[in-house]
Amino acid sequence: MTKTQTLPLKQETDIVIIRQRVRKAAEEARLGLVSQTKIVTAASEIARNALIYGGGGQCLIELANRDGRAAVRLVIADQGPGIADIERALVDGYTSGSGLGLGLSGSRRLVDEFDLKSQPGAGTTVELWKWK
Amino acid sequence: MVDRIPILKMGKYLLLSIQVDMHDQLALDLQEDLTEQIVRHRAKGVLIDISSLEIVDSFIGRMLSHIANVSRILDAKVIVVGMQPAVAITLVELGLSLEGIATALNIEKGMRWLENSVNEDEIAGEPESDEDTDAPSETGN
Repeated sequence: MTKTQTLPLKQETDIVIIRQRVRKAAEEARLGLVSQTKIVTAASEIARNALIYGGGGQCLIELANRDGRAAVRLVIADQGPGIADIERALVDGYTSGSGLGLGLSGSRRLVDEFDLKSQPGAGTTVELWKWK
Repeated sequence: MVDRIPILKMGKYLLLSIQVDMHDQLALDLQEDLTEQIVRHRAKGVLIDISSLEIVDSFIGRMLSHIANVSRILDAKVIVVGMQPAVAITLVELGLSLEGIATALNIEKGMRWLENSVNEDEIAGEPESDEDTDAPSETGN
């Protein structure tokens, strides 16, 4: 696998492919099984958000390094309407759609670093890190 | 990509094993198929094996809850078996508790649980036939 890859996120089946590639990257970074499962699950949640609420976008997967530790870095971006109230969007149970409202808040708990950037009208970008 | 999860009928039970990485539509189709088959076969119990699932995210979690709820209304018991430990840990941290869903470690234990709970119901004198004479026993509240 190359160190960096960018995958399209245009339809539901792309989420499955993203999950599989993130799993591969996590294996290559030699993350433990639980860490692998967590980053794959977080990727699935965030990718689905980007598809449903953001109308799709792309997912960057990078085999990275964090303070000498092998890491997986994901950047999932959409060009959708963006999130007006980020604080609120990160609260458990808050949803603007029909979901459970666990996607963002839950994913944040699953990773080592979570960064969400969004502006109304300018899309949403979520960066996720999981390291060894 | 697979476009259907097979559902097997065994006596009064339905068995299914999810062995692929499900995309969302596949999960929704499964929900519908299963509901339809519970009614068609008058199934009393459903066993769902997820031992091959490498992740359960909120979408699949919601599907499992939905299946459990609909089945309960259709008078069928549901048990989910074989969840991998890493998946269980992740689910809890994600914030999904899968409340109201019965679980067992493996198929054998799950099957035993189904048989016991279905038998208990029958002993408790639930009508076996589908006569429509039984009026709701509780009204009000």
